[in-house]
Amino acid sequence: MLSLSAATVAFGLFWLAWILLVLLTNGAEALGPALFTQMTPPPGSDGGLANAIVGSLLMVTFGTLIGTPIGIFAGTYLAEYGKSNLLARVTRFFNDVLLSAPSIVIGLFIYAVYVAQVRHFSGWAGAFALAIIVVPVVVRTTDDMLQLVPNSLREAAVALGCPQWKMITSICYRAVRAGIGTGVLLAIARISGETAPLLFTALNNQFFSSNMNKPMANLPVVIFQFAMSPYEEWQRLAWGGAALITLSVLGLNILARVLLARKT
Amino acid sequence: MSVSPDNHRPLAAVSGRIVSGRNAFIDTLFRNLTRAFAVFVLVLLAAIFGSLLVGGWGAIEKFGWRFLITEEWNPVTDEFGALVPIYGTLATSAIALLIAVPVSFGIALFLTELAPTWIRRPLGVAIELLAAIPSIIYGMWGLFVFAPVFQQYVEPLIVATLGQTPLVGALFAGPPIGIGVLTAGIILGIMVIPFISAVTRDVFELAPPMLKESAYALGGTTWEVVWKVVLPYTKIGVVGGIMLGLGRALGETMAVTFVIGNAHELSASLMAPGNSIASALANEFTEAVGDIYTAALIELGLILFLITSIVLVLSKWLLTRLARREGKQT
Repeated sequence: MLSLSAATVAFGLFWLAWILLVLLTNGAEALGPALFTQMTPPPGSDGGLANAIVGSLLMVTFGTLIGTPIGIFAGTYLAEYGKSNLLARVTRFFNDVLLSAPSIVIGLFIYAVYVAQVRHFSGWAGAFALAIIVVPVVVRTTDDMLQLVPNSLREAAVALGCPQWKMITSICYRAVRAGIGTGVLLAIARISGETAPLLFTALNNQFFSSNMNKPMANLPVVIFQFAMSPYEEWQRLAWGGAALITLSVLGLNILARVLLARKT
Repeated sequence: MSVSPDNHRPLAAVSGRIVSGRNAFIDTLFRNLTRAFAVFVLVLLAAIFGSLLVGGWGAIEKFGWRFLITEEWNPVTDEFGALVPIYGTLATSAIALLIAVPVSFGIALFLTELAPTWIRRPLGVAIELLAAIPSIIYGMWGLFVFAPVFQQYVEPLIVATLGQTPLVGALFAGPPIGIGVLTAGIILGIMVIPFISAVTRDVFELAPPMLKESAYALGGTTWEVVWKVVLPYTKIGVVGGIMLGLGRALGETMAVTFVIGNAHELSASLMAPGNSIASALANEFTEAVGDIYTAALIELGLILFLITSIVLVLSKWLLTRLARREGKQT
């Protein structure tokens, strides 16, 4: 019984170890300075992923910058004002539906309301799609974290004549800084590896571009395209990009846990 | 809007009375600002449903309910049916659950009841990291590393054993080619293990220690305590966790796209290539020409969103029921 149950844990860890091992061995030969300095090459020649890395950083940054404030404000309403009134309960419920929405569906949505209207793929479309993935994660964390703030803190502030907006912004937010930060980090980790919503929003770009209004190269879609290609150089770059993305995402996850563990 | 005296929110009422002038104005502003964003979340979800409905309307109008049961998928003649991708999505998710549920149960059991305390946290985190690996990585690893191994060593074995049995034999027949519905299902299974085991672990911890201790005091073994006391107590929550994992598996795109084979054919064998809703979208959407083709793909997206939403609502309902019962007893 003990051994059977321990075996299931080993089963889970086995895949984790196998995947990480494969990534490190296959990615190691591509992980070098060239990966960060050179552009994605045409088939059959060497190159790097610089344009894709920059594109990914831009879109993840803007996605986070757009999604986080929306999430924090909505989460604040749920925890501080709405509590258990009808709007808060309904929002909480549908926020969870949004949280579990398949990311490819979100890509379709942005395609329909943005890409199809302006008639071109763009970095902004990618950033919007990523922002929609960030929102429910941040709403959930903000709501959960604010509910943990002891009411005596709020009462003390109000007793000193503090208006409610000041109480929330300078007392409650300060108390849950680490918690919300963790949520945002986890959201960044999640969107860094997202491929599906970028397929029909940001599309891809062979060249370097920092114009958010043009199709933009990004790591996940480049990895997808290169991995599925028959060219050896492209496949090697795909492994390099895969190793890079996984290491960053795992790093963010561990950082988030450390932050939270130190706070509590 | 003025701050209304509300019995549920004594704080707001109190601060409303004390605070006046500029602060009262900012208070109202801030309150309504946050409320606007809460409403925005609802609008966003409604807009997603609405845009998919509008985008897919051409196909909904043209094919009607027939869309759900038609096998044909022919961009040349503009005849589309969703049976193959729907079947692929459901079959891969079912295989994923068959693998992930027992494994997650074991993991949750080990982490809550059996493992020494010091090792629980690091092991739990390691399992959770499985969920952090981006799905495209699972796809690449599946296509280049797992599928060849599976094709060479495991599939011939399956064909020789399960493939020969009556009734279910047809499910495991055919040449071992490494990619297909079965491979996609197995990889999905690995991917949802962390989700199901996390919820299962949390609900196992809800079982009151008093109940467990009484069972142990009556001479129950660990297995008997878990199987006859903890599990019956938490079964609604466990099912909720399974549904949560199912929701993940249904909507997973990239991992499946790499290994399912992307064939619009319905085969009896699980080892044959197939297609899932999400992978059909990923592969074909940017290349789709013609209004009906695009509309049919968007309708596929709508179907997927409806299925995952229903699964999530069910799982939330079950988990809330467990939480409510917990609240009553303590």
